[in-house]
Amino acid sequence: MLDNVRQLRGDREWPWVGFDNYAQVLGDPFFRTVLRNTVLFATANVVLAMILGTLVGLLLNRLGKRMAAFVASCVLLAWATPALTGTIVWKWIFDDTSGLVTWLFNVLPDGLSQAVFRRSDWTGYGWFNSPLLFFSILTLVVVWQSFPFVAVSVLAGLKSVPGELHEAARVDGAGPWKVFWKITFPLLRPVFGILVVLSTIWDFKVFTQQFVLAGGTQDRPTFMLAIYSYAEAFSPPPKYGIGAAIAVLLTLILLLVTGLYVRMVLNQEEYA
Amino acid sequence: MKRFARNCAALLVALFAVFPVYWMVATSLKPSSEIFASTPRPVPAEPTLEHYRELLAGNLIPGVTFADFLLNSLLVTGATVVLSGLVALLAATAVARFRFPLRTSFLIMLLVVQMVPLEALVIPLFLMIQRLGLYNTLPSLILTYLAFSLPFAIWMLRGFVAAVPKELEEAAAIDGASRAQTFRRILFPLVAPGLVATSIFSFITAWNELIFALTFINDQSRYTLPVAMTFFFGRDDTAWGAVMAASTLFTLPVLLFFLLVQRRMVAGLVAGAVKG
Repeated sequence: MLDNVRQLRGDREWPWVGFDNYAQVLGDPFFRTVLRNTVLFATANVVLAMILGTLVGLLLNRLGKRMAAFVASCVLLAWATPALTGTIVWKWIFDDTSGLVTWLFNVLPDGLSQAVFRRSDWTGYGWFNSPLLFFSILTLVVVWQSFPFVAVSVLAGLKSVPGELHEAARVDGAGPWKVFWKITFPLLRPVFGILVVLSTIWDFKVFTQQFVLAGGTQDRPTFMLAIYSYAEAFSPPPKYGIGAAIAVLLTLILLLVTGLYVRMVLNQEEYA
Repeated sequence: MKRFARNCAALLVALFAVFPVYWMVATSLKPSSEIFASTPRPVPAEPTLEHYRELLAGNLIPGVTFADFLLNSLLVTGATVVLSGLVALLAATAVARFRFPLRTSFLIMLLVVQMVPLEALVIPLFLMIQRLGLYNTLPSLILTYLAFSLPFAIWMLRGFVAAVPKELEEAAAIDGASRAQTFRRILFPLVAPGLVATSIFSFITAWNELIFALTFINDQSRYTLPVAMTFFFGRDDTAWGAVMAASTLFTLPVLLFFLLVQRRMVAGLVAGAVKG
């Protein structure tokens, strides 16, 4: 990992450059854009996956046995799908000529479409052209693949909580909102904690989905840390030092989150 | 009524989760005329295997066929799975059965290295692979994937080995079995299910990996499937039928293996999170 403080100059030995690469990265205003993209994206994705996953977990817990098993296996299918092919399919769904979404928007009554979006013909519409739309679709892809894990984990947590508590609360007249925040959430706090940390780690280093959706490393405005590091290092001219410095910064952020995770796991071992 | 609403919501969730996978398979089975029709059909009207035939017969990238990439992927993944199973089994036995200096440090290290984001290791490993003279070879990938899958595999197998009662091995030893015999006849059959589970994890890791394969391999004929696919559909006029056929073939083995391990995966990741 010392590579980050060296630089490649032809075939000669790499001179030691101290913290120059870090100074260069941190001084670059583009780095701040990338960092902002990463933090905003990760936050949005963690929040959305947690909300959707928790709702689905709660729902699964209230279903009949067969229905629950069926829906759980459907949901796990999305989780098991490789990031690569999962992203390729979403790219096809958003294809600008024959994609399903383009067709759906074309089917909208022209008047309505015109009034809301100021266009009625969606064929050829570049779904991935504006950074905001790109990030929305990337969020859809990542949440689609990450909510199942949250749902199944929450379900597993709920199964281990005695049902009498919920019943008692309901008998006492508490609504579903109150039951969740007063009973379910406190009981499952450790599960939620671990899920948030794990999702944060995963969403901070998203690479495959972005690489595939953007079709490579050309779309600089939508860069996040992982792909930024990769592009700096491997698109000509290669700047391994800069790329490695960004990678180290990403690692430091993740280590911080991981430290939190380890502490949480250790705490639970103590109490268990 | 409430029950009905819940079931409807559940079906919607299931639809959202499954639809893209379904759409992938459905598209791969449609003739091109249906794929590019102005009104998409939810179910292929005239299902055909033409895209699969086209994919397996034709060239994905000039001069290289899908079968070549499949072979590369199978080679890399297969070697990773076999080697990682072998090394992990021996290492797990050592860690679970013998006392040796730095044993605890070794165990902690296994956990710590799993925390390092692999995405951050591409650059240093790339330079290392270059210096080892392994750049642009499949062994570079095998070596890398082996290093990534081992810590988890050893950690997981250790649990399986530790769960086998020592008395069984002691009884075998008293009956005159050698150490190797005890290992082969007693320990191995009992740990085999764990070995299957860890192998599946190694398989999925190696099979899905993109970023290192993208970086370490330059020669198109040596691409693994994931790399080939990112190039394949990057062309201007995307042949979605063939892309979806390739995606389906790539996804199927993962889904099959995944079904076998999903329970353990979920249980392991939230282990100890709830007090019984």
